[in-house]
Order: sequence, then structure tokens, then C-alpha cells
Amino acid sequence: MDFELSADQVALQDGVRNFCEGRFTIDTVRRLEASGGIDRGLWTELAEMGVFSLRLPEDDGGVGLGWADAVLAFEELGRALVPGPLVWTQLAAGLVPGAATGETIVGGLDRDGEVALVEFPGAIDVLLVLDEHGAFRVDPRSVVLRSIDAPLDPLTPVAEVAGLLPRGDQLLDAEGATALRWQGAALTAGYLLGVSEASTDLAVAYSRERVQFDRPIAAFQALKHLMADMLVRTEVARGAVYAAGVTLDDPSVGSVERAVGSAKLTAAEAALGNTKTSVQIHGGMGYTWEVDAHLHLKRAYALEPQFGSRDEWAERIAELLDALVA
Amino acid sequence: MDLRYSESENEFRKELREWLAEVLPALPAKPGPHAWDERRAYDTGWQRMLFDAGYAGINWPTAYGGRGASLTEQLIYLEETTRAGAPYVGVNFVGLLHAGPTIMTEASEEQKAAHLPRILRGEEVWCQGFSEPGAGSDLASLSCRAVRDGDEYVVTGQKIWTSFAQVADYCELLVRTDPSSKHKGITWLICPMGLPGMEVRPLRTIVGSSEFSEVFFDDVRVPVTQRVGDENDGWRIAMVTFSFERGTSFISDLVETDRTIGELVKLARRVTRRSATAWDDVALRREVGHLQAEMDALWAMTKRNLAQADRNGVPGVGGSVMKLYYSELLQRLTDVAMRVLGRAGLSREDVGGLESGAFVEERLRSTSFTIAAGSSQIQRNIIAERILGLPKDR
Repeated sequence: MDFELSADQVALQDGVRNFCEGRFTIDTVRRLEASGGIDRGLWTELAEMGVFSLRLPEDDGGVGLGWADAVLAFEELGRALVPGPLVWTQLAAGLVPGAATGETIVGGLDRDGEVALVEFPGAIDVLLVLDEHGAFRVDPRSVVLRSIDAPLDPLTPVAEVAGLLPRGDQLLDAEGATALRWQGAALTAGYLLGVSEASTDLAVAYSRERVQFDRPIAAFQALKHLMADMLVRTEVARGAVYAAGVTLDDPSVGSVERAVGSAKLTAAEAALGNTKTSVQIHGGMGYTWEVDAHLHLKRAYALEPQFGSRDEWAERIAELLDALVA
Repeated sequence: MDLRYSESENEFRKELREWLAEVLPALPAKPGPHAWDERRAYDTGWQRMLFDAGYAGINWPTAYGGRGASLTEQLIYLEETTRAGAPYVGVNFVGLLHAGPTIMTEASEEQKAAHLPRILRGEEVWCQGFSEPGAGSDLASLSCRAVRDGDEYVVTGQKIWTSFAQVADYCELLVRTDPSSKHKGITWLICPMGLPGMEVRPLRTIVGSSEFSEVFFDDVRVPVTQRVGDENDGWRIAMVTFSFERGTSFISDLVETDRTIGELVKLARRVTRRSATAWDDVALRREVGHLQAEMDALWAMTKRNLAQADRNGVPGVGGSVMKLYYSELLQRLTDVAMRVLGRAGLSREDVGGLESGAFVEERLRSTSFTIAAGSSQIQRNIIAERILGLPKDR
């Protein structure tokens, strides 16, 4: 057993981080609001980095890596707050032609509950729909949408499905759809882990610069403890997120469902806890549009309900526990 | 990243499991909490059995008679012994995990030969004389004085939170040898227990037990040959003690807490109010599921800490994070259990046909976890200053 990143995994992490620092600066990300969160050129660059194809076998034009590697890449995408239906397109690689190469942008929707919102409605080429019977490919142009001018997250535009959602072509059976949900939970957890880290870095940097009562506010114990808790939440989630990736790759090491549930739950907890704390540490500036703290907060809220909310996973893990306890 | 056990690790687990299955049923009954002589005999007897079977000093180097096990083997050892309900390290704790490793690193050859084999065989019990009434979180402010008089130190002062002082043979004792200096005025002594002028007074804790004692020193004469390292170098040596942490500290606790969550599920199925069981309440199920998800994350973090300690000698950011998070999680868990118990929680003995007493006991016991060995507030300072690099001003 050696639960630490391999040299190749460190190189992958560094590669994606450097790419994001160069191509997805926060100014670039903010500018994407004007184009519905996506720029086709940048999306192609993400594909060329291997963000969507990294799990595909090399014979199919992929990189031949696993879920453990994929969550590391998504952690870096989250750190940079890269917008777009990254998780759905990654899940669709190998399932929907063109997803791996970036030619086809794939969005998704889990049909559960009364509210059906489609994310990135202006940009997606394919909509993956999950329900209790399986996974279906739907042409987004065939869906009647009611546009929404004020999304929670300015970089996650949404539209509401008006009327019936077309059934589309079935790609996977119920079991396949369940697997996609678990995989999506792990990737989303990776992204949320990155958001947790980015919001901690932002708050720490601000607290060192901001002077009140003649000293940087970082010197005040009340704030230091808030920031210590940010690090703690991140590190607890990191263990769970990496374990989810490793367990998806090799289910012999544990329960996949429990591993991805623990990852999604703790990563959402870290992302929401940290992004709220970051706004608080920024004080009045944290309440402004200009400071990035709100972008982290809004992304965390936008991703929390995806692929199982904390409440849903907590309830599911209790069910699994119930079955285990004689 | 790899979470699979190797063939030799699986073999190690299998052998240990077989040995435990063979020896545990033959153990005598566990003595009561206040029967200190019997507790010493029980814990040191178990240590002797471990020694004879080659499991003593699982983390000690083979050069000192230990098993020299890898960190993954230590993980397996702690998992298996805890799951099988084997005796805890008990009165051997300070000798095996603090004083022994410190002696290995810092003491003279004579001192090593005098103590290490005896600790390993369960023939020598140690306690720790670090904290004082006036020196808790700020340990380096300790004031128990040692004045040199010829070949002896004359020690006067008081120690507190000394576990197993009633039955210990030696105390790893920090004394003030230079009052004009703080960190550089402390000396590390091997103090034999029972010297003239020493008095041990057990403290009654929140659970009513006498695990901890106060130890009073009134002109106690300790030979200078009992000093480890140089005079006034004791703070550094004490910090070496803390550096032995390799990320294994909470493994037994995690095993126990997983089991406690299972017991809580069983309890909640049995507790009935207004014709529904506590487990029928989705809010409770969510809380329990949430705690289990966090526990699973702590297991994963433990395995990361071990991997990092294996590579770098220290468990990375994990040590303080683990201590802080686990201790607070345990209190949240035992709080949930008290809520499920309701009025059954008024008794520390089982009532209403429920196995309720252990939960009440655990709720009380867990209050110490966020205080002992660096309070949660001290852990947050450490994380903020040493990991996040925030300024040291209070």
C-alpha cells in the first residue's frame, strides 16, 4: 500500500495546473460570462490537454489513465474555476463521438425531482439525460427551454426545461447510469476540492495584506482559527477524493459507492465551508462583485446538488451502514 | 496511489490474526479500573506475550529488539489487535511510545542497555512528568526546579496529568535547570519513582477514574547520571519525543469509532418513542451517515499520512489535522448517541435493556480528547502558523 501520488501523477497535476494558470486566469474566466461560460477555442485547448480523453485507451486516442488521475486533473480545473460542463463531457468521452476531442460539448441532467434545469444551454451540442432506466442522448435543440436571465453562478448559465423532455436515444442501461452517477460524483468532488483550496489561498493572501488595528488581520487568532479550519476541511476531503478515484479504478479495495459518497459529501462540505469563510474574511470586499470570493461561493453552491447532495449521500451511506450492521 | 495490500502484508495480517485467535481466549479477566496493581500485571503480562511472539515494539527498530515493522504493517497490527479486542498498550504506553524512542535517540549506551530491553519485555513501566499546574499549553514555562548539588539534582515542584504514576517505575521528567532562560533552561531526567520526597496523589477525573495523578517533589535527590543529554537541552529532547509520530496515533481510535457507529445504529433501531424507532427518523440517519462519511475520509487521510511519513519521515500536514478533526468528530458522535438515549443517558449503567452505559461513558471520556496532547485551539494555532504560515501574534 502506498497512498501517495506517483511521480506521473504529480507530473499530471503540475501539467494541468500550469495549463490553467496560463490559459484560464481568473480574468479570462470572468470574461467567459459574456459567452455563456464557454469559448470553443479554449474548450479545444482543454481537450488537447487530455482533460476529456485521459481515461480512454491510447488506441482510441486517449491517454490510458484512470479515475485516480482524472480526479487530480479535476482538482486543478476547480482550483482555476474553469467553467463549462467539464464533468459531463468527461463522462461522455467514449460514449458520445467528439466528446473526447472537444468537438462535441456534452451537458447533462439527472431527471430526478420536479425542477429540470439545463446548464450551459447555449453551448452544449448534446444533452445526456439520466433516469432510473438508464442514460439517454438528447438533442438539446429538441428541448423547449425557458431562458433564465439571473443564474446563481454567473459562469453557470441555466435554462428551465419547459414541457416534456424528449426521451432521446438510450446509451446505457440503469446499471450504466448508476456507474455514471458515481463517476460524476468523484469528478465533481475533485473539482470541489480544488475550489476549497483556491478559496483558502485567496483568504490567506487577503488576510496578510489587509491591515486593521495597525496589523495584518492574519495576526488575529479569531481569523487564524477560521483559516485553520479551512485547511482542515480541505485535507479531510482530499483523502476521501483521492480514495474515491483509486476505488473506482480498483473496486477490490473498498465499496465504490461509499467511497464516492464520502468524497462528494466531504468535498462539498469543504467547498461550501471554505468559500463562505473566505467571503467573511474578506469583510465588506467579500460582498462585492469585484473580489473573486463570490465566484468560488457560487460555484460551490452550483455543484453541491450535482451527482448527489450531502443530504442524499448521508442518507445513502446510512442505508449502506444499516445493511452492514447485523 | 495504491490502496492494495501486498502479499507479504496480507501474510503478516493472517499470521497475526491466527495468533490473536489462539491467545486471546486464554487471557485472564480484565481487572477493574481502580485495581492498579492488577492492571499493571495484566498490561505488562500482555506485553510479555507480545514479546515472546515477536510482536513487541512493533514500531521499534530491530537494533533495539523491536519488530521494525513497516508503517503499513503497523496499520495492520493496530487494526487487527483492536478488532480482536486485544488489550491496549495500557501502562506500557509511555515506555513504548515516548520514553523508549527518546532514549534510543538521545540517551547514553548505558542508559539504553538499562531500560530498552526491560520496557520491551514489560518489566519496566514509565510515566510522563511534563505538564504542571502552571504549564499546560505553554509547556516551556514549566517551573519544577532542579538545583545541582554535587552528583545530584535536588528537585522541587509539581507535575500533573501523569498517567499511571501509581504503578510506574520511572518518570520521564522535565525540570527547570536555568530559570533565566525559557526553552534553553530545561533538562530531561530519568527519575526513578518512589524516591524520598516524592508523593503521588491520584486525580479523580470526569469519569470518576484515577488514570491521572499529581506528582509532588520536595527536595528529591536524583543522581546526575540519570540525565539524558546535556543540561538545559531538555526542550529539544522533549520535542524529539513528539517527532516520533508517524501517523499511526489514531488508528485504534478509528477502529473503535467505526464500531461505535455500528453500535449506535443498533441502539437507534431499538430505542422507540411515540411508536417509531429513532432509526426511522431520517434526520438521525443523515447525521449518522454524515459521520460515517467523515470517518471514511479520516481513514483515507490516515493512509495518506502513512505514505507521506514513509517517504519523508513525518506525516505531512496530517498530524495536527487528524488530532483536531477526529477529537471533535468523536464528540459530535457521542452527542448524537446521548440524544438517541434521551433519559437512558442519565445512567452510566445499562438500562431499559439497552447497551446504553458505554455510550454515556464514551461521551464523558471524549471530552478529554480535544484537550489532551495539545488542545483543539493549540492545534489550530499550529495549523495556522506552521502550515498556512500566518503571523505568530496572538
